[in-house]
Amino acid sequence: MAKQAKKPGFQIKTLKRVLTYIRPQLPLLILSLVLALVSVALTLYVPILVGRAVDCLVGRGQVDFSRLAGILTTIGVCVVLTAAATWLQNTINNRITYHAVRDIRRDAFAHIQQLPLAYLDAHPTGDTVSRMISDVDTFADGLLMGFTQLFTGVMTILGTLVFMLTLSPLITLVVVLITPVSLLVASFIAKRTYTLFRLQSQTRGEQTALIDEAIGEQKLVQAFSHEEATMEAFDEVNGRLQGCSLRAVFFSSLTNPCTRFVNSLVYAGVGLTGALMACAGGLTVGGLSSFLSYANQYTKPFNEISGVITELQNALACAGRIFELMDEPAQTPDPANATVLSQVRGEVDIRDVCFSYTPERKLIEHFNLHVEPGQRVAIVGPTGCGKTTMINLLMRFYDVDSGTISVDGHETRQLTRRSLRQNIGMVLQDTWLSSGTIRENIAMGRPDATDEEIIAAAKAAHAHSFIKRLPDGYNTVISESGGQLSQGQKQLLCISRVMLCLPPMLILDEATSSIDTRTEQKIQSAFARMMQGRTSFIVAHRLSTIRNADVILVMKEGHIIEQGTHDELLAKNGFYATLYQSQFAQ
Amino acid sequence: MALKKLLVYLRGYRKECVLAPLFKMLEATFELIVPLIVAAIIDKGIPDNRGYIVRMCLCLVALGGIGLVAAVAAQYFSARAAIGFATGVRHGLMKHIQTLSYTELDQVGTSTLITRMTSDVNQMQTGVNMTLRLLLRSPFVVFGAMVMAFTIDTRCALIFVGVIAVLLVIVFGIMALTIPMYRKVQGQLDQVTAATRENLTGVRVVRAFCEEDEQNRRFVGLNQLLTKMQLAVGRISAVMNPATYVVINAAVILLIHTGAMQVEAGVLTQGQVVALYNYMSQILVELVKMANLIITLTKAVASAGRVSRVMDVTTSQEDGTACIPENAPHGSVRFDHVSLRYKGAGDESLTDITFTAEPGETIGVIGGTGSGKSTLVNLIPRFYDATAGQVLVDGMDVTQLRKSELRRRIAVVPQKAMLFKGTIRSNLLWGRADATEDELRQALSTAQALDVVESKPKGLDELVEQGGRNFSGGQRQRLTIARALVSRPEILILDDSASALDYATDARLRRAIRAMENPPTTFIVSQRAASIRFADRIIVLDDGAVAGIGTHEQLLESCPTYQEIYASQFETKDKEAVQHG
Repeated sequence: MAKQAKKPGFQIKTLKRVLTYIRPQLPLLILSLVLALVSVALTLYVPILVGRAVDCLVGRGQVDFSRLAGILTTIGVCVVLTAAATWLQNTINNRITYHAVRDIRRDAFAHIQQLPLAYLDAHPTGDTVSRMISDVDTFADGLLMGFTQLFTGVMTILGTLVFMLTLSPLITLVVVLITPVSLLVASFIAKRTYTLFRLQSQTRGEQTALIDEAIGEQKLVQAFSHEEATMEAFDEVNGRLQGCSLRAVFFSSLTNPCTRFVNSLVYAGVGLTGALMACAGGLTVGGLSSFLSYANQYTKPFNEISGVITELQNALACAGRIFELMDEPAQTPDPANATVLSQVRGEVDIRDVCFSYTPERKLIEHFNLHVEPGQRVAIVGPTGCGKTTMINLLMRFYDVDSGTISVDGHETRQLTRRSLRQNIGMVLQDTWLSSGTIRENIAMGRPDATDEEIIAAAKAAHAHSFIKRLPDGYNTVISESGGQLSQGQKQLLCISRVMLCLPPMLILDEATSSIDTRTEQKIQSAFARMMQGRTSFIVAHRLSTIRNADVILVMKEGHIIEQGTHDELLAKNGFYATLYQSQFAQ
Repeated sequence: MALKKLLVYLRGYRKECVLAPLFKMLEATFELIVPLIVAAIIDKGIPDNRGYIVRMCLCLVALGGIGLVAAVAAQYFSARAAIGFATGVRHGLMKHIQTLSYTELDQVGTSTLITRMTSDVNQMQTGVNMTLRLLLRSPFVVFGAMVMAFTIDTRCALIFVGVIAVLLVIVFGIMALTIPMYRKVQGQLDQVTAATRENLTGVRVVRAFCEEDEQNRRFVGLNQLLTKMQLAVGRISAVMNPATYVVINAAVILLIHTGAMQVEAGVLTQGQVVALYNYMSQILVELVKMANLIITLTKAVASAGRVSRVMDVTTSQEDGTACIPENAPHGSVRFDHVSLRYKGAGDESLTDITFTAEPGETIGVIGGTGSGKSTLVNLIPRFYDATAGQVLVDGMDVTQLRKSELRRRIAVVPQKAMLFKGTIRSNLLWGRADATEDELRQALSTAQALDVVESKPKGLDELVEQGGRNFSGGQRQRLTIARALVSRPEILILDDSASALDYATDARLRRAIRAMENPPTTFIVSQRAASIRFADRIIVLDDGAVAGIGTHEQLLESCPTYQEIYASQFETKDKEAVQHG
């Protein structure tokens, strides 16, 4: 309810935002409106001309050909001008629309690059994508097209009124009195169908969710012989959908016949008054014919306007959704006097850090850690214990709530993000490749790298041999998410990427659960080579990594519960010791 | 062709399919009479027959009224047919998908199936609805107007013939040009979508490598190209309205001019010329409708093609008819020289596998990625069919058995722990619909999942969101194991399904399964040697072939692949053991 209350203000705000995107094209917009006026005026003038032409054909042997020729020529000119104006207006509108859409998408994408990860992690990718793509599309179709339609419609109504008044005020009165009926009927139907449509989309949503599950997990359905039960549940929703769809579609489709009936009332009314007036000599036959055309033209925009308004509201709602995304506060910008990190030794100092994703659930509290240059820090713990939180904080994907993280004595919040991240190499378990060639993917951190350097990096990561066997070698194009490559190969490419930059600090998520032993060994040796002399943070799963680490952080449910070397922790006989021993007991 | 198969779903709506266009045409017929009445008013009513005028205008209202009734009837019948059709297609599609085997599901892909089922069917519903309403009506009005023109005056009517021909060329020509262009625009839009999605899924890497600017640059390029294509197609379709407008009005000029000559000659009256002019206007209105209809129809036909391609995919597995005899030893599994080549794959994924599992035994399956572990266990419930050899359950060839009979005895816990929207209870009841509260708790306890339920305020009735996303990975995994145990399976397959559990929980789980009253024959697929170390028998797979079968000790002695796997996971521990020893 509260949402409804603030709606008008929200819509006006959205409209203003939209206008800022159209402002660069303001002259074009004005031109478009002028053209719309011209074409409306000319379109309305034509029936009058036709009426005059009809008046020339009084009867056998009484046709005024010379006058007729003049009128027909004027019609011809008007028609050509109208067509030209309409074409130009259409073209301009396309331009305004598509350029505004382009600019909105561009700005939205650029804004996404600035959004804090806290936002992106909390919002499903699909939702953000649909704002960027389909919402912007709906907005483009609805708002700008709807707007011109509305403008043309209103102009047509006003213009028709003016023309009709000049022809005959009495008939105009008849038309004006009957048309509101059409509006009443349309809005009556729209109101009734609104609830029906809502019910339909609700039921459709329910069905889509069911389809998502039943087909998305069809294998499971079959494994549990659950086909019949699934079918039953589906048919139940399907039946309900049929019922409410039928009502929604049928009642909404009544708008057209009903308004058409009102139109025919208008038409009959005009015909009656017009013909009676003609009998009295107050109107020519041509005038009557013009009026009949107007009666058609005049009611048409009324029928369209109710549809256009719904469309406009829908478009504004979509625009609101994309602006909402663009209004999300960006990450705090780097301070103006931010230091650029260079010549890094790799000393990391974490002091009294507190952090939580949501204030209600405390996660990391008063955490301290000092890492000397070149040390290895292993982070261990059961799945979901918050190991990635550490990566998030070190890379400044998230900022600490209190306390400080420093690199070589510089607090990370005082550094530029760019220089901090350039000095940390990161390989995640979730391998991500960009669509493009293998070469582009490896050179991501250093686009200026030479071919020799790229190959050397690939060799160091044990990726060279499989790349060579690909159809186009380093120029092989990999599609979105690297479809053709195996998980292990993708991992090796991600390692090559870091190999090429070899930054002084590393973050490795060494999870290799889905990789076979041999590839795993290759990855291990690649990791080992990289870590030499570099401060490394490793989310560790393997015993060898853990044992050789200088510091082990044991995490559980988001807290660091133990910290020390392997031997220290074993001696402590705490959680780490249990975890360690359980690997080897039955 | 594609359409024919789907027309079956209209069969129940024959009456509607005939009545809807019929009423539409009735409505159109009344519309076509209007200009004649107006002509009559002008010619006979004016200047002095007022009673006639009133009667004729009442006639117009009556025509409108009858038209309204006819239109409402048409809308009702077409809506009924279209929605009934869509409901039927959805039901048929869903039912058909249930019959597909894993092979076909892999080939088609579930995400494709979901879009077919939702947006494509909706598109078809709109298509059928519009077709019933307009497909006959619009040409009927266009040609009807032409015929009416002929009844008035042949010379003038010839103009109609010319105009209709020219207009058809323009409308269809522009559509023929733009439809492929719109398809390209759609393709480019897909690319923009893909770029956005890619950027979002890889956001950590993008930022770690300071790739933001490069990503922006790429996006701007794709976006600009999309704009260019949209403008190009827009320029062409912008011609449509002005062009038809010019043609119609040129015809009007010609019509009035010809009409003038006919009036001069006394062949036509003034009112008849007005009637002809009105017919011309009606043609324009209907053509616009027809163009829209064709766009809707092309989309609907494309959707119908996609849907019927799914319908064309038939299952490669025929259901067996045999049942397992009651007195057979329950839970034995035998592979007899089994090989499997996935459809469309070059190499065999499994080659010549032979082994036997006795009732109640625990069988470990281990090997590298892609070595065929999951494939092997997927053959037992007949998710796929062996391309050579035989898989036997309780002594019967699985291809001879009724699928439902076979799968009732087998419980599978897949790699991906998936729960369905509902409650914990409703998910567990998937295992067996009539399980009692005690049985559910027993299964939860064996699956080490009792604490998950107890930690929730509503216990078993705690709501599960779609995909079970309100539970952690480990919790989901234990709940899916419990779901499998509820069915009291004779054969239990754990397909790498303890990977999210820590070692201690994993060990407790295995102990609990062994301690069950009638322990099922259990297959444990795992990457972790520790998980299968104590199995009765371990099958070691390497590249689809058996590299060794035996107990842990036997394999450690004789199987190099197993030694390698074991060493890579336990080397330090063993060294330690050596040192301590």
